[in-house]
Amino acid sequence: MRSRVMSGAAMALLLSVMAAGCGEKKPPVARPLPPPPPPTPSAAATARPPSPPQPVAEPTVVPPEPIRDNAIASASLDELNRSSPLKPAFFEYDSSELTTEAQQVLNGNAGVLRKFSSWTVTIEGHCDERGTAEYNLALGERRAVTTRAYLISLGIAADRLRTVSYGKEFPFEPGHEESAYSKNRRAHFVVTAK
Amino acid sequence: MKRTLLVMGAASLVLVSVAAQQQQQSQPAGQPPLQPQQPTEISTTISSDQAGLPPRFAVPDFIGLAAEGAASSAKPDAEVADAARTIGRVLWDDLNFEREFALIPRDVYATVPAAKSVTDVPFDRWRELNADGVIVGTVRKTATGVRVEVRLFNVRSQQMAFGREYSGSIANARLYAHTISDDIHQQQRALRGVARTKLTFNSDRDGERLGGTVENRGVKEIYIADYDGENQRRVTTQRSLNITSTWSPDARSIAYTSYRRGPPQIFVSNIYQGTLEEPTKNGAGQNWLPAWSPDGTRLAFASTRDGNSEIYVMDRDGSNLRRLTNNPAIDVSPTWSPSGTQIAFNSDRTGTPQIWIMGADGLQQRQLTHEPYADRPTWSAAPFNEIAYTARTGPGNDIKILELATGAVRQLTFGEGSNESPAFAPNGRHLAFMSTRAGKAQIFTVARDGKDLRQVTKTGNNYQPDWSK
Repeated sequence: MRSRVMSGAAMALLLSVMAAGCGEKKPPVARPLPPPPPPTPSAAATARPPSPPQPVAEPTVVPPEPIRDNAIASASLDELNRSSPLKPAFFEYDSSELTTEAQQVLNGNAGVLRKFSSWTVTIEGHCDERGTAEYNLALGERRAVTTRAYLISLGIAADRLRTVSYGKEFPFEPGHEESAYSKNRRAHFVVTAK
Repeated sequence: MKRTLLVMGAASLVLVSVAAQQQQQSQPAGQPPLQPQQPTEISTTISSDQAGLPPRFAVPDFIGLAAEGAASSAKPDAEVADAARTIGRVLWDDLNFEREFALIPRDVYATVPAAKSVTDVPFDRWRELNADGVIVGTVRKTATGVRVEVRLFNVRSQQMAFGREYSGSIANARLYAHTISDDIHQQQRALRGVARTKLTFNSDRDGERLGGTVENRGVKEIYIADYDGENQRRVTTQRSLNITSTWSPDARSIAYTSYRRGPPQIFVSNIYQGTLEEPTKNGAGQNWLPAWSPDGTRLAFASTRDGNSEIYVMDRDGSNLRRLTNNPAIDVSPTWSPSGTQIAFNSDRTGTPQIWIMGADGLQQRQLTHEPYADRPTWSAAPFNEIAYTARTGPGNDIKILELATGAVRQLTFGEGSNESPAFAPNGRHLAFMSTRAGKAQIFTVARDGKDLRQVTKTGNNYQPDWSK
C-alpha cells in the first residue's frame, strides 16, 4: 500500500519533470524505473497539471427545470422545443387575460429571451375544444397577442415575437374534461431561430 | 333544357370523361315524350289519390338491354347490367332524399315481375302496391358509350308523365341517377334538387403528421364528396393544416384557410383546372374563414391584419380590399345573404360570441342572437330566410335556426355529442354539420325540420362541411 502511494507520487513527479523537460533531448532517469500500476481515472486527472477548476453549476433563470446553458446553446431547434426553457402560459375559460400565474411564467420566459438575445419565437394561441372551431381561431389569436404584448412590455423586442393561432386544432391533451381543457388553453412558445 | 344539361356537364367534368362531354353536347340532351299522348292530356305531374299525401313512387332497378345492333335476344353485358342496377338504386335514394315522393320500399319489388322493356310494364301489379307512379329505365350500350332512357308513368292512367334520354360514358352510373333525380324533381315539383351537389370538408383521415415541427401534430386536408357521401376525394396534399373550405357558387373552386406558409392564409383551389390562387398572399396577420359572395366575384373573410380580428371583403384575386368592422372585440365567421346585400357574422363585442348582421358595406350592424354562446352563422337559400348557427346548449353545442322574418329560433339537434358548423343545401331544405355523436367528429346531413339524419363520413375525424350551390 505504502509503496503504491510512493510510486503514485513518484509518477506525478516524473510526469512533471517530463513536462518541464519537454524541450530537452533525453529524459535522464525515466527508463530504469519499474512501470507504474495502471492509473485510475482520478490519478490521471490529478496527474494533469495544471488541472482546470471544476465548472460550477450556475443558477439558472428558470426555476422548475434548470437546463444547462451549454445544452441549450448546442441543442437543435427541434431538441430545444421538445423540452423548452420557455414555458406555456395558461388561460381561464374563454379568456385571453393573463392570470398572475401566467404573468410569472412570462416573467421567467422574458429572462430566458433576454439571456438568449438572438432567439426569435412564435407564440402559438391555443384553445380548449368547447368553443367552436371558427371563433377559437380568433380567441387563440387574442391569447397569443396578449402574451406578446406582455413580453414587449418587459422589454423584449417586438420583432423577435411572432404570433399564430391554431384555435382548437392542435390540443395538447386529448381528454374531454377540465383537466385536459386547462392544459389546452395556452400560449405555447416555439423557438424558430437561434 | 339543353342548356341546363350542358351546365350540368360542365359542373361534372371530373366525373365524366371528355369524350362523354362531347357526346353529351353533340346529342340532343332531352327528348320529346316517346309515347303518343292524348291531346286532352293537360297535366304531366303525378299526385296521390289521397289529398295531402305525397305521391307513392316505385323505382325498380333499370333494365339492361343488349348492345345496339345486337340480336334482340342477346343478353346485356355485365357492365350494363351493373350500371342498370346502380342507377335504379341511387335514383331511389336521390328521390327519397327530398321527401317529395313516398318511395315504395325496394324489397317488395320482388313480387312484381321485372319488365323486359318499356312496353311490358305490369301496371296492375304496381297498382296493387298502391303506386301512383313507376319509373321505368333502360340502359343500352352504344358505339360511343351508353344510352339511358327514363320514363315516369302514371300507374292509374298508364300514361307517361316524364320521358328523357341521357347518353355519355358508362364510367359513373351514379351521375345518371343524380341527373335524372334532379330533372324529375324539377319537372314534377318545380324543385331544385341537390342530387348533383357536393360537400367539402376537412379531414385527418390519412393519419399524416406535420413534418419537421416540434410537436407531433396531425394534418388536416380538404376533401370533397357527393352530397350522399360517395366519391370522397382529397383536394389538398400539402401535409399542413387546411380548414374552413367553401364552394364557389359555380362549384368549380374551393376557398379555404391554410397554414402551409406559417400564418394562416386564404387559398382558392380551382379544382377542375388544378390551379391555385392566393388572394391574401401579401396580407399581414392571420387571414381565415373565406365566404364567397353569391355572384362568386368577392370573398368575405376575417383577418387580424390591423391588429384585431375584423371582417373584410376583397375581390377573389385579392384586390379592392375593404374593411367592414372596426371594433376592439372579435369579429369572425362571415356569411352572405342570398342576395349579396347583407353579411351575418360572429362578434363578441357584448362579452359573449353572438350572431350579428350588417349591410355588405359594413353599415347598420345589429345583434341577432342572445345565446350563451353562438357562432358560425350560415344563411339559407330562398324561399327560406333563415340563419343556422352553432349554439352552446350544455357541455357541447347544438345547431339552431333563426327565422329572420319572425325572429323565431328552433333547435335542430339536442345534445347528442357536440354539433357544430352548419351549412345549408342550396335549396335550403337540408343542412350538413359536424357532430361527435358517433364518437369521432363526422359529417352528417339532416332535413331542416330535424328529420332524416344521415352520416356522410366514417373515416377519421371530419370537420366544417360546406354544401355546393
